[in-house]
Amino acid sequence: MNLEKVIFGFFIVLAATLNFGFFIGDIDRPELHHVYELAAALVVSLIATALKFGDRTQIGAIHLSTSLVADLQLIAAAITWAVAVHVTGEGMTASVTSSVVSLSGGALFANIVSVIILIAETVMMRR
Amino acid sequence: MNSAFFLVLRRMRAPIIVLIVIYAISVLGLTLVPGVDADGKATAPLSFFHAFYFISYTATTIGFGEIPAAFSDAQRLWVIVCIYLTVIGWSYSVVTLIALLQDKGFQNTLTTNRFIRRVRQIREPFYIVCGCGETGSLICKTFDRIGHAFVVVEKDELRVEELDLLDFKTDTPALAGDARLPETLNIAGLRHKHCRGVLAVTNDEQINLAVAIGVRLLNPDIPVIARARSDNVAANMASFGTDHIINPFQRFAEHLALAIAAPERFRLIELITGLPESPIPEPHRPPRGHWIMCGFGRFGHAVARHLEPTGITLTIIDPTAADADHAIPGDGTEARTLRAAGIETAAGIIAGTDNDVNNLSIAVTAKELRPDLFVVLRQNHHANGLLFEAFDADFAMVPSHIVAQESIALLTTPLLAEFLKQLNGTNEDWCTRLVQRLQTLCDGLTPAISSLHFTARDTPAAHRALIMGQRFKLGELLRDGTDRTLPLAAIVLLVKRNGEIHLLPDDDFLLDAGDRLLIASSLDARRNLEFTVDNANELDYVLNGRTDSGSWLWQKIAGKAAVKGE
Repeated sequence: MNLEKVIFGFFIVLAATLNFGFFIGDIDRPELHHVYELAAALVVSLIATALKFGDRTQIGAIHLSTSLVADLQLIAAAITWAVAVHVTGEGMTASVTSSVVSLSGGALFANIVSVIILIAETVMMRR
Repeated sequence: MNSAFFLVLRRMRAPIIVLIVIYAISVLGLTLVPGVDADGKATAPLSFFHAFYFISYTATTIGFGEIPAAFSDAQRLWVIVCIYLTVIGWSYSVVTLIALLQDKGFQNTLTTNRFIRRVRQIREPFYIVCGCGETGSLICKTFDRIGHAFVVVEKDELRVEELDLLDFKTDTPALAGDARLPETLNIAGLRHKHCRGVLAVTNDEQINLAVAIGVRLLNPDIPVIARARSDNVAANMASFGTDHIINPFQRFAEHLALAIAAPERFRLIELITGLPESPIPEPHRPPRGHWIMCGFGRFGHAVARHLEPTGITLTIIDPTAADADHAIPGDGTEARTLRAAGIETAAGIIAGTDNDVNNLSIAVTAKELRPDLFVVLRQNHHANGLLFEAFDADFAMVPSHIVAQESIALLTTPLLAEFLKQLNGTNEDWCTRLVQRLQTLCDGLTPAISSLHFTARDTPAAHRALIMGQRFKLGELLRDGTDRTLPLAAIVLLVKRNGEIHLLPDDDFLLDAGDRLLIASSLDARRNLEFTVDNANELDYVLNGRTDSGSWLWQKIAGKAAVKGE
């Protein structure tokens, strides 16, 4: 068993599950999408990205790019939240909530791609 | 993407993850600890937005204070933890980054990347010089002076750093690397579309051999010039088609023999193959008769082999060589030895050991015994040049000079080899006349030899004029572009047309498109001529004396006026 692989897989799957946890639920109901979940998803996604740095293989490059996509989507969601709550004072209305959640939905898709690549890589592995 | 970037990412992975975790913990803590208002009542904790804002400026030690409101003591307690955590996180990142920048391997990667980038950006024909010792630097300096681009590959890192300090006009890419490795040659631009040739002139002939093989296999179209010391390596190089093999000992021996057999022809060769615009060497007139040779290694053998046909007899002094004259004790540095070798009756002496100090000692001793003796002196190291100049031998042999001269002559003007071949059929009178013209060409300096090819790419203006049916003579073209009444100080040595060779054409020679010219001139005159054949207006002035502006509108007006005038 390779500890590095364990940690790597752990963070990739955790990023996807946290993202999923934030995303699930009616899209316009703020009480179903807690901001702590978004924060956790963002942090874990960033760590997963850092773990992929410096891998020069083709699969490593695709891992990194999907991770960067997820980061961008989650950062965009976080900024939308901050602007709505603190800058405009609009608060978590139904429309703001749905845009934050749909952005995280995009990130979820990127995370799922990451997980699929991870599975493909594992299946291809010969030792 | 380049490898340096990936190296940074890989090394920074741990510090970045640590930073992310520390930020996450700090921000999360701040969103959980309750605050306090002005009345001392507990308020809601900071939101993620404010918490992240606060941690961002605290962690980077900017420290704006407690924003948006004064903190509660519970918050301050947590902030103390955050401050120390983030300082540790940042220090760890910075220390890792600095360690990486000082890493030898990382710096090598950076310099190599820079070198590759600069070679890739070269937009003019260039040569690769492998080895930048005495010979290499001489070649580099000459290339720099005559305005040829080049790339240097040198094994010694210190030497490469010194190269940056040398006063080159152009910014030359130099790489510290082993030229034997094909990868090194590759990144030096061997397969670059502008690469015109490779010079393998390191001190180690095995490296030169490896370079020659590498070039032949990786890019067979470009010429490679290699320096060899021993006959078997030279034969090895020749076996796979190395274009030019220069063995300085062999070459010097040939020169010495030629100087005895045909002094004027030798003088001519010396003038046109010398480094461009260097002082004209003294004429050599080695006498025939009995010679003494000190030192009988590879150099001695080469000289002996070539002197034999000229009718010179040799007494050989060398205590270590098996086939030397063992009746004579000593190595020639003492008067006793030289007397025993018959210096009183000798015509010349060759001080040809591989030790510069011994050579000088032999020469000085011999001159004291016989001031009128012809002395041939072998100089091994360029650095001893001052001593050898002070002694002022009749004929000096400097290996690095011989290799540099020949490789530059061969590379920059391929026609020169043809000219030298033609010389075999000429007589001494013809050579004497040409030598006299060449000596006066650029006051006291050797002429620069260059070639001119009348094609659309090399000489657009002249080529266009020629294919439009305008015929002009050689004498009409060789005129000063600033004042056409003055002739240009240039001699055309040879014209090659469709494989046919015209040696030393006169001023009435009619030129044609596709002609190749071999020209001896000063560097100034060459630039003057290049401008003339390149620019249609200049050519028009030189040939016809017209000084038109060349603009389309002006030509129309001038054309109309001319029609009206008629």
